[in-house]
This record gives sequence, C-alpha cells and structure tokens, in this order.
Amino acid sequence: MNEPIPSAARELLVLFLTRIVDHPDDVRVVEQERSGVVIFRVSVHPRDIGKVVGRGGRVVKAIRNLVRVAASCEGRRAMVEVGTP
Amino acid sequence: MNPIEAEGRSVEEAVRRALSQTGWSRDRVDIEVLDEGGGLFAWLGGGRPARVRLRPRLAKVDLAVGLLKDTIRIMGVGPAAVTARVEEDRIMLDARGPALGALIGRRGVVLDDLQRLINAALAKQGDDRLMVIMDVEGYRLRREMTLRRLAERLAGQVRRGGSPVTLEPMNPRERRVIHLALKDDPHVTTRSEGEEPRRCVVIEPRRGGASPVDGMG
Repeated sequence: MNEPIPSAARELLVLFLTRIVDHPDDVRVVEQERSGVVIFRVSVHPRDIGKVVGRGGRVVKAIRNLVRVAASCEGRRAMVEVGTP
Repeated sequence: MNPIEAEGRSVEEAVRRALSQTGWSRDRVDIEVLDEGGGLFAWLGGGRPARVRLRPRLAKVDLAVGLLKDTIRIMGVGPAAVTARVEEDRIMLDARGPALGALIGRRGVVLDDLQRLINAALAKQGDDRLMVIMDVEGYRLRREMTLRRLAERLAGQVRRGGSPVTLEPMNPRERRVIHLALKDDPHVTTRSEGEEPRRCVVIEPRRGGASPVDGMG
C-alpha cells in the first residue's frame, strides 16, 4: 500500500526536506492515497521539526504549496502532513 | 570548495590567518565564530584561542543554483538557463526559459515559496545573512512596474475624486512598492489596513494638501 510511487511531487518534497534539516538520514516520507488525494506523511528528527515548520509555519506552508503544484502538474491532488517518528 | 577553520588570539587574528592560508578575500567568505576565545590573560597567550570557520560564499551560491536546477528538472519545465550573482548580502538567482510559468504561479506565489525554501536550505550553511532573491523570466521586475503604474493611476483617481481607494490584498513586498511609489506625491497618502494575508493598501487624499476645490488657494 505504502510503496513509494515515483512522482515529481515526492521527489521535490524529499529534495527540499533533506536540504533543510540537519539530519537528512532521518527524513521519512510515507505515501497514502485516500479518495483520490495523495497524502505524504513526513517524519523528521525531533530536533529538525522547527526547521521544517519555520517561523510562523512559513516553511511548511511553502513545502505544502510546492508539493501541491508539482502534483497538480501530474494531474494529482496532494497533501503533506509533518510529524516526528 | 570546503570550509576551513583557524585559530588565533582574537577572532580578527583567526580570520586573518584563515584568509592568508587560503588566499580568499574577506568579502567573498562567510565567517562563523566557533569560539570567541578568552579566559584570563588570553592576550598574553594563555586562555582559549579564538576559533573561526570560513566558508567561501560560492558554496551558498552553488547550493542555490543546484536546488533551482533540480527543481526545474524534477518538475519537467526545462530547458532553462539559471544564473546567479552576489550583490552585497544577496544572491540574485535568476531563471529564464520558455516553460517556467509553473515556477511563478498566480501572483508569484510559487516563486515566493521556492525562494523561501531555498533560503531555508541556505540558512543551514552558516549563520550569516546571505539571502537569495529569486526571479523567473523577469517576473518580479515586471510586477513591480505594473504595481507602480497602478499606484499612479489610482492616485490620480483619488486626487480628482477626493475619496479614498482600497487596493486588493497584497503581500508586504508588493504593498511596499505602492507606498514607495506614492511617498512623494503631494496630493495623496498611503497606509495599510486589515490583517495578513488580506492586508490592503489604502490611498487617500492628503489632509491639508491641495484639494481639487481649493487648488487655487
């Protein structure tokens, strides 16, 4: 079920996450599909959560927007949820 | 190029040593102070030495260019020419290509998001303030000109009609363009009202200024 499907949305998500955090090896992205919407469940090292969220949630908002744009270019709808393991 | 570390009796001395070791010039490196040094009698040679890490600014420029090129490749919106130049503490990152519209988005929202993420990635590399300002297909420049023309047109409308005009919601940078465009206008003043993200500029007649009626004074 959760096998990663290669997609621009996913690749872009992983690219920016791993560049933004201090512990890129701890970045995990699990993909689920629910009623036609792809949900990327992201988990990062607990110390990196602040970096991924950003001041006032600005970074995570930018990540969500970008992933949504990349997905819509592929004719898909996508959401991003961020947490720790 | 890799960062290098150096020690000295003071931060200044450590930096000078690092620069002379590498031949880098001061305005082309980011300096991270690892330890200010000190302790009693530090200047006599006792105590802890100061330690600094120097990183050529090119590392940040390369990272920014790389991220933008990767994004273009992943999104399949190439071909594109990506260039970067450093201006004081800004990296001006620019992409040109026939299919880059998706990187701009409506009202430049995608451009702003990308710029924010590239800056978030750069922030990890040392604590200086070198920031990326990104543009795609000259969008920012064109948008600024459009906003200035809009500001002048609406200012004329306010001057003639005498009642305030509220513009549509804009982000802080765009509002700033409007404020700056009209700051020296003798007939109108500008202010912002409302809450983000729906904050708007209001253009209103300047009180005590020349009005359409008593213009003959």
